[in-house]
Amino acid sequence: MTGPLLRLSGVQTHIGRYHILHGVDLEVPEGRTTVLLGRNGAGKTTTLRTIMGLWRASAGALQFGGRDITRMETPDIARLGIAYVPETMGVFTQLTVRENFLLATAGGRFDQRRLQGVFGLFPILEQKFDQTAGGLSGGQKQMLAVARAMLEPCRLMIVDEPTKGLAPSIITTLIEAFRLLADAGTTILLVEQNFHLARSVGDGVAAMDDGRVVHAGRMADLAADEALQARLLGLSLAAHQ
Amino acid sequence: MKPPSWSPVLIVPLLALAALPAMAGATWITLTVAGVTMGVMLFLMASGLTLVFGLMDVLNFAHGAFVTLGAFVAVSVMGALAGQAEAASWGANLAALGAAAAAAAAACGAVGWVFERVIVRRVYGSHLRQILITVGGLIIAQQLILAGWGAAPLHVGKPLMLRGSISLAGAAIETYRLAALAVGLVLFALMLGVLNRTRVGLLVRAGVENREMVEALGFRIRRLFVGVFVAGAALAGVGGAMWAVYQETVTVAIGAEMTILVFIVVIIGGLGSVGGCFAGAILVGLAANYVGFLAPRLALGTNIALMVAILLWRPRGLLPVSKS
Ligand SMILES: Nc1ncnc2c1ncn2[C@@H]1O[C@H](COP(=O)(O)OP(=O)(O)OP(=O)(O)O)[C@@H](O)[C@H]1O
Ligand SMILES: [Mg+2]
Repeated sequence: MTGPLLRLSGVQTHIGRYHILHGVDLEVPEGRTTVLLGRNGAGKTTTLRTIMGLWRASAGALQFGGRDITRMETPDIARLGIAYVPETMGVFTQLTVRENFLLATAGGRFDQRRLQGVFGLFPILEQKFDQTAGGLSGGQKQMLAVARAMLEPCRLMIVDEPTKGLAPSIITTLIEAFRLLADAGTTILLVEQNFHLARSVGDGVAAMDDGRVVHAGRMADLAADEALQARLLGLSLAAHQ
Repeated sequence: MKPPSWSPVLIVPLLALAALPAMAGATWITLTVAGVTMGVMLFLMASGLTLVFGLMDVLNFAHGAFVTLGAFVAVSVMGALAGQAEAASWGANLAALGAAAAAAAAACGAVGWVFERVIVRRVYGSHLRQILITVGGLIIAQQLILAGWGAAPLHVGKPLMLRGSISLAGAAIETYRLAALAVGLVLFALMLGVLNRTRVGLLVRAGVENREMVEALGFRIRRLFVGVFVAGAALAGVGGAMWAVYQETVTVAIGAEMTILVFIVVIIGGLGSVGGCFAGAILVGLAANYVGFLAPRLALGTNIALMVAILLWRPRGLLPVSKS
């Protein structure tokens, strides 16, 4: 393998007149799960949105699979094989669960094996398959958002804080889902403040603060280094309590 | 139990029932059919506008220009096909009307495509600029139509077989109204079919709710939007055509008049909602006919009053589209 699947170099992003990202350097190696940590407002979501082309980088470069995606439009970026689960979940509440799923399939047809796999993980979605997604609970919507990203093979899955405000039982299910994906060799970039989840699924870790990546390394090293945890997560945990 | 989400639409039959005691039964039937027919034509004119707003957040004040263009094209085509329109034959009559409507749709679709590429595309994301540039577009379109067809009102006869009326439970119902009603309902059903049963329709419904997510799933929503814009313009053209033949006279002012009505319909229905747009259009059509009969002097303000009343009751319209 030559170089990471996704590489951000010196990425700066402005939202309106606010300068949010001040030069983000980030590498996501293929076949691994990389967790992005950082306190509220550090710029994690903005980084993911910039990767997806939902915000434009004003400086720096983004490469995916060796291609420059800095100026590409969102649909073209997605078509390179990136599945995105936004912080706001992006569930179409007026459509049924089935219709939400159909939008994520190639050509509007289900791969039955993958669909059954998703139902195996999230049986509730099979039960509610023909109901409108607006009637799902918050946790069920999050399952839908993650499940939708699993329906087609993708080269990279980007997930923004899937556990925000969810009950522990649902978090356990999500951990299982990310483990299965990882075992299947999926490359994942996951924003996660819940260190328990982050540690149990992450191979690599990057921590952001104030629009920059301030630490990058192996999750195992971070898990073993309490001083570093305190420095990086102290911020993040403190912000959460 | 929570009432179903479509329950606000019940206001439409309720309005019709409320009008019943105020007049003779036969009058009520005549007015109700007239109101529904007017509503269906308004729906054709308004449906594109509501989708264009829902999908791309674009406020197009020039939408009425498509109604005007459709009306003038239809009048010209009917004039050219006078032989068919005056023949005592259903086939020839309907062919003439169909040709007029199709020509209106084609002309408006084509102009709509150019208008989207040249003007609307430049003002995505800024309502103020959209209003300024599309109001400008409306004025220019009116001037072009004046230059092409002249300022004098044009007259057009209804096709011969559609001139009379039939009797239903003692009420006289103009044949043309029934034809317009049929055209409108068929197009509405077609639209629902496309929206609810095709992949493009699924994308439109998803895009109205969350454009970004549709793009993040790999779909080029701008391309979809052009399609919706063109289809909406074509439908507005058909609405204008049916309306012009119904009125039997057309002036360039029709666009501006209809723009106001059409915006009222779209706001009452809930911006972005096709079902709401249909209900709103029928409501406006019914109210205009009942009030026109019962209290003609109030007719002018009825639509505005109706809109205010609906918005006080449901601030986002009858069937609002939730944005996520
Ligand atoms: N649409 C916006 N307009 C203006 N500022 C924004 C916008 N979105 C985000 N910001 C600002 O950008 C900064 C980074 O926000 P971002 O959402 O990327 O942080 P985050 O790390 O994802 O935080 P959280 O943990 O709360 O999700 C914050 O200061 C935020 O206020
Ligand atoms: Mg965030």
